[in-house]
Formats: sequence, C-alpha cells, structure tokens
Amino acid sequence: MAESTAKTLKIREFPIDENPKHTYLNAEKGILSWLLTVDHKRIGLLYLGSITLFFFVGGVLALLLRTELLTPAQSIIDADTYNQIFTLHGAIMIFLFIIPSIPAALGNFFLPMMIGAKDVAFPRLNLASWWIYILGALFALYSIISGAVDTGWTFYTPYSVQTGTAVVSMTMAVFVLGFSSILTGLNFIVTLHKLRSPGLTWSKMPLFLWSLYATAIIQILATPVLAITVLLLAMERIFGIGIFDPTMGGDPVLYQHFFWFYSHPAVYIMIVPAFGIMSELISTFSRKTIFGYWAIALSSLAIAFIGFLVWGHHMFVSGQSELSSVVFSFLTFFVGVPTGIKIFNWVATMYKGSIDLKTPMLYALAFLFLFTIGGITGIMIGALSVNVHLHDTYYIVAHFHYVMMGGTVIALLGGLHYWWPKMTGRMYSEFWGRITCGVIFVSFNMTFLPQFIMGSQGMPRRYFNYVDQFQGLHQFSTIGSYILGIGFVMMAVYLVWSLFKGPKAPSNPWRSRSLEWMTSSPPSHHNFEYTPVILHGPYDHHKPMREFRMGVAQEAAGHGETVEHEKT
Amino acid sequence: MNRIIEYMLPPQRSTLASEVDSLFTFINVAGFILFAGIMITILIFVIKYRRKSEDDVTPVITHNSILEVSWTVIPIILILIVFSWGFRGFLMLSSPPSDAYEINVTAASWLWEFRYPNGGTTVNEVFVPVDRPVKFIMRSDDVLHSLYIPDFRIKMDVLPNRYTTTWFQATSTGEAILYCTEYCGTAHSDMLATVHVLSIEEFEEWLETGLEVDEDMPLADLGRQTYTSAGCNACHTLDGADRIGPSFLNLYNTERELVDGSVVTADEDYLRRSILEPQAEVTAGYPNNMPSYAGRLNERQIDGLIAFIKELQD
Amino acid sequence: MGNQIAEADKKSHLQHHFVDSDQQFESSKLGMWIFLVTEVLMFGGLFVAYIIYRSWHPDLFYLAAKELDTALGATNTVVLIASSLTIALAIRAVQLDKIRSAINYMAATVALAGTFMVIKYFEYTDKFAKGIFPGAGYTYDGIDHDMAANFFSIYYMMTGLHGIHVVIGMGLITWMIIKAKKGFVHSGYYTPVENTGLFWHLVDIIWIFLFPLLYLID
Repeated sequence: MAESTAKTLKIREFPIDENPKHTYLNAEKGILSWLLTVDHKRIGLLYLGSITLFFFVGGVLALLLRTELLTPAQSIIDADTYNQIFTLHGAIMIFLFIIPSIPAALGNFFLPMMIGAKDVAFPRLNLASWWIYILGALFALYSIISGAVDTGWTFYTPYSVQTGTAVVSMTMAVFVLGFSSILTGLNFIVTLHKLRSPGLTWSKMPLFLWSLYATAIIQILATPVLAITVLLLAMERIFGIGIFDPTMGGDPVLYQHFFWFYSHPAVYIMIVPAFGIMSELISTFSRKTIFGYWAIALSSLAIAFIGFLVWGHHMFVSGQSELSSVVFSFLTFFVGVPTGIKIFNWVATMYKGSIDLKTPMLYALAFLFLFTIGGITGIMIGALSVNVHLHDTYYIVAHFHYVMMGGTVIALLGGLHYWWPKMTGRMYSEFWGRITCGVIFVSFNMTFLPQFIMGSQGMPRRYFNYVDQFQGLHQFSTIGSYILGIGFVMMAVYLVWSLFKGPKAPSNPWRSRSLEWMTSSPPSHHNFEYTPVILHGPYDHHKPMREFRMGVAQEAAGHGETVEHEKT
Repeated sequence: MNRIIEYMLPPQRSTLASEVDSLFTFINVAGFILFAGIMITILIFVIKYRRKSEDDVTPVITHNSILEVSWTVIPIILILIVFSWGFRGFLMLSSPPSDAYEINVTAASWLWEFRYPNGGTTVNEVFVPVDRPVKFIMRSDDVLHSLYIPDFRIKMDVLPNRYTTTWFQATSTGEAILYCTEYCGTAHSDMLATVHVLSIEEFEEWLETGLEVDEDMPLADLGRQTYTSAGCNACHTLDGADRIGPSFLNLYNTERELVDGSVVTADEDYLRRSILEPQAEVTAGYPNNMPSYAGRLNERQIDGLIAFIKELQD
Repeated sequence: MGNQIAEADKKSHLQHHFVDSDQQFESSKLGMWIFLVTEVLMFGGLFVAYIIYRSWHPDLFYLAAKELDTALGATNTVVLIASSLTIALAIRAVQLDKIRSAINYMAATVALAGTFMVIKYFEYTDKFAKGIFPGAGYTYDGIDHDMAANFFSIYYMMTGLHGIHVVIGMGLITWMIIKAKKGFVHSGYYTPVENTGLFWHLVDIIWIFLFPLLYLID
C-alpha cells in the first residue's frame, strides 16, 4: 500500500441528496445500456435477475422431486426422469445459483460502494464474467435439451463415462461457469487491494468485504482445479483417455479426490459471503459495534484456508486409505471452531444492543437458528464412525440444505431486504416481509427436519423408490416444500409490488454507518459525487452520523494519503 | 431424549451399532444443549434489548478476552472428544477379526450377488450366521456401488478396480435391508437385498440344503421365485409397462427387432441366450446394460424363468 | 513503474474509475498475476495426475518416454526460451519508446512460437502415424506395457493444453503488434504489453517443466 506518502487532505461533510434525479437506473436508457453496461451496479442487478431465474427453475425441479416422493413407488415421473431432475436441481442450484448468488449479485453491487470506489478494478472483465456466465447457462440448457444428465451433480466416474446422457455439454457448462467465477474473484481481490478510498484501512473494511475477500481467494485457488477435472472428464468421454475409467486402468477414486478438492472449498464459496451479510445485519439492527471484528474477519480467512485441507471427508467410505480418512476427519473438525467463533461473536454483538426486528434482522435470527443446526449436524457427520452410517443418506441431504439454504439463501434474502431500498430506491412492505420470513422459516424446517430423521433411520439419498416405512416423513417433507414454494411466491409478489408502488426509500433507512448508505438511494451513476474519506469503522454506531459523510474537499487529490481529521 | 434418539435410529443389530449410536447420542445431546443455550441467549437479548427509541445509545464492547478464549477452547475440547470417539468406532469398523466368515460380494447394475466359501451363490439375498463375525469382500462389475445395512451401521463403497471390505457381527436373528447407496443409474433405488440372519444351527443347515434348488417345485413356480430373488424385477415388469428392459408380459414368441436391425423370435433359445449373454442380442430401444447371469443361476432356475415367461400371456 | 510522463498524455489511457495511472498500472499487474496463479493451479491439476500415475507405474513412464523424440523436445525448449527473451526485449523497447524495434521483437516472438507449433505438429503426426492416439484410439504395440495408452493420454493432455496456450499467446502478441502499430502503447502506457509478456513467460515456464517430466525420464 502506498500510504507512506504523507499528504494532508482537506475534507468536508457532504450532505446526501434525498431525492436524487440522476441515478444509475436512469443514467442510460435502452436494453443495450443494460446488457453492455460496465457499471458494477447494473451488472450486479443482471446477476441478481439471472440467479433469481435459476433459483426459480431449480426450485420448480425440487418441487417435482418432492411430489414424486409422495408415494414409495412411481407417482408422476419415471425413474430416469427423476434421476435427471435431481441432477439438474443440484447442478443448477450450485453452479448457476448459489455460487454466483451473493458475491456476483450483492457483492458486485456493494463492494465498490463500500470502499468508496467508482467501480471494480476491471469493469469490462466484470461484464465479460456475466456474459460468460450466460454462455455457461446456454451450455447447460443445450445439455438439458439434448438429453439432460443423470449422473448427480458430482459426475462420479465411471458412471458419468458410461451413461448415455449429455454429460460433455454439462461439464463444459461447469467449465465455463468456473471461468466466470474466477473472473469475479480476481476482480474483487484487485479492487479491494487497489481501489480503497483514502482512510479505508483493512481494519475499517466492512466484514462483508472481508468475507468476499476470503471467498475470492477460494475462487481463485480452487476453481482452476475444477476446470481441469471436468476437462479430463470430458476428454474421458470423448477420447476415452482412461485417467478415471477403471476399464482402462484408471481410478474412479482419483476422480473423487480431484472433484472434492474443488467442491469442498466451493462449499465455502457458497457460505462465507453469507457470514459477511450476517455481520452487517446484526450490527446494524442491534445498532452496536460488532463484537470481535478481527475474530470474525480472520476466521473467514481461516475457514478459507482449512477448507482446502478437508476434501477427503466426502470419501470416508469411498475406498481411500483409512489413514487419510482419519486425517481428514481430524482437520474437518477444525473448520468448526472458526465457524463457532463467528456465531458466538454475533450473539455477543446483540448484548446490550438496541435490537429492531425488521425483516432483515428476522432473517439474521433465522440464519442463526438454521445455520447452527447445520453446523452441529456437520460435526455429527464429521465423526468417522457415525459418518459411515449417515454417508449418502437423507441426513446429508438435510445437513447441506440447512447450511446452503438455511445459511446462504436465508442470508441472501436478509441481504436482499437490507439493501433493497439502496438498490431500488423503494421500501418493501415491512408487514409482508415479516410474514413471509415466518412462512419460509417454518416451512423450511417442515421440509428438512424430517429428512434428518429419515436419514439417520437409513433412507439413502438419490432414491426414486423407497421402503414404505419412510412414507409419512416424506409426505410431511413434501407438504413443507409446497409451503416453502408459496413463501417464495409471496416474496416475489411484494418485492415486485414495491418496485412500482413502494414508498420512496430514504438514503439510510436503517441508520447504518457503512459507506454504501452515505449516498443517495438509488445511488448515482458513479456511486458518490465526491471522493469519500473514511474516518471511522463501519460499525462505529457511537460516533455521530455526520462524521461518516466526509469527502475530499477538492477534486484532483491522490489516493492513499493519510487523513488529517479536519472538520468543516 | 432417549426415546427421540431411539426413534431416529434403526434397531441395533450388530456389535458395532452401540458404539456408533453412543457417539450419535452424545453429539445430539451436547449439540442440543449448545443449540438451546445459543437460542435462549438470543431470545433473552431480543426481548431485553429490543429497541426502545430511535435514539438508543449502545455501549462499545469490542472484545472480552475471557469470553473469547473460552468459546474457542471449549469447542476445541468438545471436537477432540468427538474426533477420538469417532476414530475408535472407525477402527472397529475397519478391522475385521481374522476368524470372520468370508462372503464374496459382487455388485452389478442392478443386483447383489453373494458367493459363499462352499461355492454356493445367492442373488439379492444373503444368509449369515448370528453372533459370528462376517466379512464381505466386495467388487463391482461395472460402476460404483455402495453396500449399506442400516441395522448393522455399516457402509462401504464397491469399486470396479479393487476389492473393498466391510464386516459385522449380527446380534439377533431375523431380516435386515441392504441398500445400494452410491448412485448407479436408473434402478439404483431398486438395488436392494435382504440379509437373513440365522442362528448358527439354522445357518449350518441352510448351507447344507438351502443352496440346493427344490427339485419338486413346478418349473414356473421356481421361475416366479427366481424372478424376484435374482433381481429381474428391478428392470422387467409383469404388467406390460416398460421399465429398463422389456416387460415379461406377452414377451414369449414375439418378434424382437434388434439393435443391428435383424429380427429374431423370442423363443426358448433366445430367452436363454438373453439370460446368459444379455449383451449379444439387444432389442432396439433398450439400454445395453443387463449383467450376465451365467454362473449366477443354475440350469433349473433358467428353465424355470423361461417357463415362467412363457406363462405370462394375457 | 516508471510512468513519469506529461499529465495530458496520462489521462488518455486512464479509465474513469482509477485515480491515476499508477493505480491503474498496479491494478492491472496484480490482476494479471492472480490470473497466472489460476493458470498454474489448472496445470497443477494435470501435474498431480502425472505424479500419481508415475508413482503407480514408474516402469510405464520409463518405457513410454523413450517413444518421445528428445531432440525435437530439446529444440522446442530452446525455441521457447529464445521467445521469452525476445518478448522481454520487446517490453524493454516499448518502455524506451522504441516502438519500431518492439514490433520487430514481438514479430520474432510470434515466429518462434510458430516454430514451436510446427515442431509440435511433426511430433504429433509422427505419433499418430504409429497409432499412438490418446486413450481408446491407441493402437501402437511398440511399448511393452498394458497401460501405455494412459501415459500418452497424460502426454496429450499436458502438451495439448500447453499448445492451446501457445496459440492464445500468439494471438495476444499479434494483438499487441497491432496496438503498437496504431500507437496505443508507449513508454507512458505499456501495461498490455507487459501483461502479455507475463503470460508468455508462464507458457515458457510450463514447458520447461513439461520437457524433463515427459521426455527425460531415466
């Protein structure tokens, strides 16, 4: 960092325009101004729209699966279709929805704003990353049209080499999507390193950005390995290169090692950004300084690091050596510690706070409830002997839905409501927001709690037919999933309604101290009309609001100078 | 709490089950206490510190060393307990006693075949003695499978390119379900087998007589029995509906158009060839993935199946 | 980081969201380095596959490597090292505003890269003629090892992916030549040339690892 060049900055307070005429939404017009935009905010919204679409598609597929499982034998679809649908549900939800969800949609929108930058470091690369994402989606679509895939989203060999379905185009989709994810991560790392406003030291960075930083590191380091893995798999199918195919001397367990070397860290690509949102929500709605800033920031990095060493816990019964299983199990538990630390820190933040149960805070509390269950059941399946019993059962299905949906999706919804006024300039309906949060929370538990019980009772996953004893729990779960679906429809209705009829949002409805709220709602084309200067941390609720609205008094000032606190 | 845990687990029917279940119980109880503690704390905070006015002033509390050390150290102690406990059980699971009764298991899409030391073979059914360690030496014919017996708390993947093993010692007689838990295609969820746990005497007797085919049973009845015991039902229905393979209903003496375009009549010879060399003459429109039953069925069973198929006419 | 030129000139290449050229230059360079990390990790996956297979079948690697033409491989190594030198000289020339010689150096780099690809082409066709295809198409019986096909699968994957990178590199350098001709790069703004050079060095370094690992096995 170039902070050695000591210069004095003249700063003054900039009032916020509460009724902005020129915003990023009306800066340019026409469909091309959206599709070819290099504005990070518009790209964020492009991503938000795309992931919403794919969440809808993946969700409908999930409801089809649940409907089929109403009866132990065939109900509405046949076995092959069922296998294709659960594969697509997994692949779409993971590669097209959850991995880009928080970083590429909310991260793109708010990362530059939170550091007072006009844009990310490489705006055109950012746009390219969205288009590559769309290209990946087209590959996936082509795969679906030309026969779909029935391998499960993990593409385990040798089944994925032998099956007659369109595996190559789907692996190419994953390859391309991985590239998009790499570009986003690269952009974020460079932006955070090089584009921070004067005074915004690492210790004043919002925790959402720390989590995105940790995520970006995983994206950079893990995704290339996925790329080479799916490339090898595609070559295996096209040329029969025999690396993973046992009929040619290859080893299917090697494939699993390759695959999980990416896909386990990918789990943290999915959940770590959610931790970031949680820190923002809990501090803001408790109106209190975050407890243990460095503990939360560094635990994200710790999770990112340890996350690279635990991939073998997916393979305790795969035939890998017993010694590796033991080592992987041991390391796995150490991911639990930094995760636990975060939860305790959030709870401690609420102590003596001023807690306001607005919708985003309700989602934060729902997250704490669901994610803690997800975390504790994670300890359960990390234990070697119990894992042998629970591996590949519904217990695993329930566990990762509690983490991914109860964690990431709930945090995404919390973040969406939290930042909705900033993004759209409109307030959503608080009443319907709270009701819907309640509906989603209850129905989520209805859907997935029974799956824990089924799993520990011995119900294997990816089963089209099942033995009669599980029917009651399956039906309960299916009913829960229908209500969950209704919850999301309710949300779509009131959010869309708010776009047109919602009351105008003030610039800072939650009285947050973070930088993105120190500009108009919605923000102007270049985020800020001035170069922000940061004096306090983003959670310093005890400092007066006006000290957070400082900017460089004259333009043409350099970056990275030390700040002379000088009120005007 | 005990009743809940009991409800959540299948019956304990092997010597390993109690070891696994005790850890399962410990994590559930410890986890529940932790979870309830966190949730009650949150609830108290939410009620006690709810916002009273827009001008609430909150104290600046950024850290507390005692608190932070304790919530780092206590979880570490807990996970070390859980790890070593799980490790102990895993050691038991992965060290079969040397005197174990060995059964060779072959998994194929989609059936389980069990071969006993005396040369006998059963398909989709396995007979084991109670109170004696039994070791499965497993191998797959095609893709990955995984052998899972919930009542015994054992699971192990079955690979095409190397042997894997698992073992158990059943503690009570009766039947238990064996599942395939590694996704293996269309009939993955039908790849089930039944474990018959017999008393030592019954097992000895079964070894003597059970593997022999009942010579007195009418051929078609034997065929009907073989149809389920050999796992034909996973792919071939009896009601005319197509599953993975053609239905057996009205199959006999029909013209079959093969993948290479030629046409054959499904007579006794064709049916026999299809059982022994299923990949040789595949009917067009069906996948080429039936495993061969050569060596898995005896002559009388094959005859029985053919007789059974012949009877299946509307 | 010698971006010491007139203020007016600076502005023209400065994208609006950067404060100054230094910041832009540093950002681009950091971005390129991170991208190179991802490239290394992608090849890393293949190297891991190589290491695992070699440790499983050391005899296979010993036998099969004899089929590779060490002379051609060595020539290609020299060619690529020379091309790394020329691209480095090209960057230096741009920094000194000697655009004419920079273009020549870059053209030389493309020519050397082309030489590399031509030699690679002869190596590949020679093997295809013997029936050494990747994977299932393998028909050659000159190697007394039943997993010989797997060695060549790894060989083709590694050299093929590397070859694709050489072609991409040639495209990038050609683009830089066009940029230089149009006067878009000069001592005040040479970031794209510098980054292309970094990429080209990576392509070179990967080959320097591939050559001994595949050709020189004793």
